[in-house]
Parts: sequence; structure tokens; C-alpha cells
Amino acid sequence: MDAPVKPEHDNVGVGSAMKAAIVVFPGTNREVDMKDAFERAGARAVMAWHGDAQVPECDLIVLPGGFAYGDYLRCGAMAAHSPIMKDVVAKANAGQPVLGVCNGFQTLVEARLLPGALLKNASLAFVCRDVHLRLEHAVKPLTGNLAEGEVIRVPVAHGDGNYFADGETLRRLEGEGRIVFRYVAGPGEPEARANPNGSTADIAGIVNEKGNVLGMMPHPEDATGPRQQSLDAVPLFAGIVEALS
Amino acid sequence: MKARVHITLKHGVLDPQGKAIGHALGSLGFAGVGEVRQGKVIELELAETDEARARAEVEKMCRTLLANTVIENYAIELQG
Repeated sequence: MDAPVKPEHDNVGVGSAMKAAIVVFPGTNREVDMKDAFERAGARAVMAWHGDAQVPECDLIVLPGGFAYGDYLRCGAMAAHSPIMKDVVAKANAGQPVLGVCNGFQTLVEARLLPGALLKNASLAFVCRDVHLRLEHAVKPLTGNLAEGEVIRVPVAHGDGNYFADGETLRRLEGEGRIVFRYVAGPGEPEARANPNGSTADIAGIVNEKGNVLGMMPHPEDATGPRQQSLDAVPLFAGIVEALS
Repeated sequence: MKARVHITLKHGVLDPQGKAIGHALGSLGFAGVGEVRQGKVIELELAETDEARARAEVEKMCRTLLANTVIENYAIELQG
């Protein structure tokens, strides 16, 4: 296999707006959606290559969706051991905000920045559709301007989104208010269809103990702009950019 | 020396692939199959010739990368 080529689509932007560094692994495919969502919200966004030793200086590290390393071994497993991840883990432990979406969530879990694991969808099918999420706990700055209890419609696209954690971990997550997003039924939608992957306790997104690392399976970046079917995640990005600029 | 690592899902972790295989066996007429669990086998060729050192090294590989110990168990088999 040829070595993947480092993409050359960095956009350094202008001004004093917050800067997001989006980490690109071979097989990542949602980095441009993520960059667009942050830029629409007024942020600057740069791409960071997985083979680099350091994440560029930034206000927020983002691990976007995709299929890093073809999901070989386990989804996120190879990505979690990429050279750049040492720095991501160090910065996360030092308190820097980190957002992981979909494959990014899987990678954060494999890097042990978040507890639990993401298993194959209970249906065994790849699921690609809109879901509804309820914000259970606002965690600043990463849940942005979404209000607690608010329900948003965003897409999911994954084969391994079935969140699993042992009983004790679940009790801790619940007790500490770290289950931030849950799948809920949308208007007129049957309860049974709400959870797209069989995740324990309908978990769609969680945060670490400090609240500076958020991982979620759904794609809020794809509910922020024109030609997308929902704009419900605009307040999420707007809030993050406001808080970190 | 060769090492063979068997990785299996822990008890209590849902295995939808195992379930699907079980259903398929049933529909093919294989009766009497209870729970089916799917795992994976990874074979490694090692330069190390000392068994104890090889085992310790493969243990480390398992904990670092090969298995996710949140959901998986591993067993190491060494072959001369």
C-alpha cells in the first residue's frame, strides 16, 4: 500500500477567532465537513496530520469522522496509536478542549481518554439516517449554546456506534452527569426507532471527568449549513466559537 | 518463535456477529447450537527465542494494541 499523502487544504483564516485543529488520519473523510462547520460559525480551522508529533497551537482539537486505517483491528485502535495522539492525550489531560465525532469518538475511547467501548451496531447494519438527540447535561464549552433538555436532529453514519460500558462505569457516568447526549424519539417517531445502534442507555455522547473531552457518534457538523437537512447544531458550533474566541 | 493470540469478547458483552452466525447455522439446519461467540486470531512471528520473554512481550502487545481489555479477553499460545 502506498503511503497516504498529506492533504494540502489548510486554511489558516484571519483574525482573533478561535482556532480548531482537525486531526486527519489515513481514512478520515469528514474533516472538510468539520472545517466548514467551524468556519461557518466564524472559527479558523487547520488540518493536523496524524504522523506529526504535535498538534498545532489551537483552542480546540477535533477528531473528525471517517474510517481511520480502514477500521482495522478495531475501529479507532490504530488511530489511537498514531504519533500525533501522544500530544492529543497530553493536551487533553492538561485541560485542552477536545471534540471527537463518530470515528473520532471511537479513537478517543481507544486512546482511553473516554471510558467504555464502541461495539458493532446491534442490528449489524451500517446505519445512515437522521436521529434525534437530547442534551442531557450542558458541558461548557463543548455543548455550545444548546440548552439542557433541547432535542436536535442530526445525522448518524456508522457501523460501530453501539456504546458499551460495564455497570460501574455506567453508574459513574450517570451519577456525574457525563452522559451528555442521548438518542430520543423525534416527533411522531416510534420509541423503538430512536436508538440507531443499540447503545447502552441510549448513549450518544459522553464527556470525561474534567468535562474537556467530548465524544459523540452523531455528526453535528452535518446539521449546520446549506444543503444539509437540519440546522439544529448551529448553536452548538456558535457556542463553542463564542466561548473559545 | 511463533505466537498465536486468541481474542474473544468478554462475558456479558453483546456479540451481534456471533448471534447472526448462530441464526444462519439454525436456518441451514444445524440443530442444537447454543450461544455462538465470534473472536479473532492473530499470528505473530517473533525474533525472540526465550519463551518467558516472548510471552511477556506479547502480553504487552495485547494490552497496548491487540485487545481492548474493556470488552475483550486474550489468550496467548506460543509455538517453538
